[in-house]
Amino acid sequence: MIAGDPAAAGSAQAASRSTVLTVRDLTVHHGQLRAVTDLSLEVAEGEIFAIIGANGAGKSTLLRTIAGLHRPTTGTISLDGADLTHAEPEDRLVAGIALVPEGRRLFPSLSVEENLMVGAHRRRPGPWSIARVYELFPWMPERRRQRAAQLSGGEQQAVAIGRALVANPRVLLLDELSLGLAPRIVAQIYALMPELLATGMTILIVEQDVSQALRVASRFGCILEGRTTLSGRPGEFQPEEIEAAYFGLGKVAVR
Amino acid sequence: MIWVGALVQGVLLGGLYALSACGLSLLYGVMGAINLAHGDLAIVAAYLAIIVIPILHLPGILAFVIVVPVFVVLGYVGQRTLIQATLDRGQLTTLLVSFGASIIIQNALLELSSADSHSIDVGSLVTASITVNSDISIAVLSLAIFVVAVVTLIGIELLLSRTTIGRLIRAVADDREAAQLSGTRYRHVFGIAAALAIGTVALAGLAFGMYSSFSPTSGSTRLLFAFEAVVIGGLGSLWGTLAGGIVLGVTQSIGSTIDPSYGVLAGHLVFLLVLAVRPSGIAGARQAA
Repeated sequence: MIAGDPAAAGSAQAASRSTVLTVRDLTVHHGQLRAVTDLSLEVAEGEIFAIIGANGAGKSTLLRTIAGLHRPTTGTISLDGADLTHAEPEDRLVAGIALVPEGRRLFPSLSVEENLMVGAHRRRPGPWSIARVYELFPWMPERRRQRAAQLSGGEQQAVAIGRALVANPRVLLLDELSLGLAPRIVAQIYALMPELLATGMTILIVEQDVSQALRVASRFGCILEGRTTLSGRPGEFQPEEIEAAYFGLGKVAVR
Repeated sequence: MIWVGALVQGVLLGGLYALSACGLSLLYGVMGAINLAHGDLAIVAAYLAIIVIPILHLPGILAFVIVVPVFVVLGYVGQRTLIQATLDRGQLTTLLVSFGASIIIQNALLELSSADSHSIDVGSLVTASITVNSDISIAVLSLAIFVVAVVTLIGIELLLSRTTIGRLIRAVADDREAAQLSGTRYRHVFGIAAALAIGTVALAGLAFGMYSSFSPTSGSTRLLFAFEAVVIGGLGSLWGTLAGGIVLGVTQSIGSTIDPSYGVLAGHLVFLLVLAVRPSGIAGARQAA
């Protein structure tokens, strides 16, 4: 269980906060293939929790299941104590879970502004609005009438994040933000995280780019073949330990 | 001057084809459903008109007041039940089920009515015409149908581009999963899109029923012409559909002027030519850009 050890140094702050998202004993199948096995995790309010792991480890499946795009075989998903295991994705957004999917998945024929308007059409009350997203990304207003398909990858990622933010989620799920983007752009996007946390959001990220993810995360879990192989705070482990967990070398350590 | 006359008739006929094609285009464009019962539903609308007109003592031209709302409701309910159930089982299922529906509709109409042809009585309007000169006269009914077609297409285009529901329809058509992640209840949005589409099918069926005579099996040809207009115009673009309808209408009209039996054939040839030379259709390139 990736619950973090309350006794460990520096984790008292996270432990004192209430748990927002709880995943318990989750198993997810893709047809015959078992993509996630008995996975549990608890994400505390206002933290960034990173899930790292190699390609095909089950990270994206986990996020997509939390967002409601896959049905788990067993296990439960709850937000603020309310069970959402069987809720439709559209109802989870209203409950407070927003996913920025892998590959951005903007509506290509819609303009930038229309993409944001779709994201906001069932928004929860909260600090984020289209205007606020325009403040976060100052280039966006003057290009708001452009079709999303005409934007660069980094710009599309920004719109995808904006589209999720305007719904004012409790928990923002970010799937492979760095995929296909230049390192400079990735760094810019990760630099926004403190600003998102400042508005009271909780963030769960899935990332292949381990160094990037561990730099921003307060806690992390490493998964391999659908199971947790390591979890804790980034500072508690030597790079070699994380590497071993990532590639499945040596003994399994859960602190 | 005979060619100018043929051109004008063709353009007007194209309005009818475009009206008929837009329902087909919408259903495919939004939810990927190919509705092979499209033409038969249009004919059902025409039959419904000749049933309700005498009961309600309506003038024929006002049949749409009853028939279109019925079809709008039918579209929404039909989507939420039958069409969605077939979509969940794959595109081929939609094709086969709508093919089955087409056969059932044709046979049910044969049972309930007869093989005789009918037409919706619109009184003196059927012969009214505007004479431009000795070669060109424009049938008022054809002109009215053309205007209805253009207004309908503009209306749908405005709805899709300017309203919240239109935006959601486009979003769902682009990426259903991403739309769900943005909180869109896609089944409801599909239902609204189907209501719109089937509503235009009713309009097209009524227009056809006033313009020409129809029998229980007329739907197949309606479907074929609608398909041709959609393909010529380019899938997913309503302006393309209008252009496609007009190209088909003009070709048929000019073909018939050469020899009355060439009309339909000429239309098919242009359709095949477009498929061969520009498979994405007239407006297809713009969509791809």
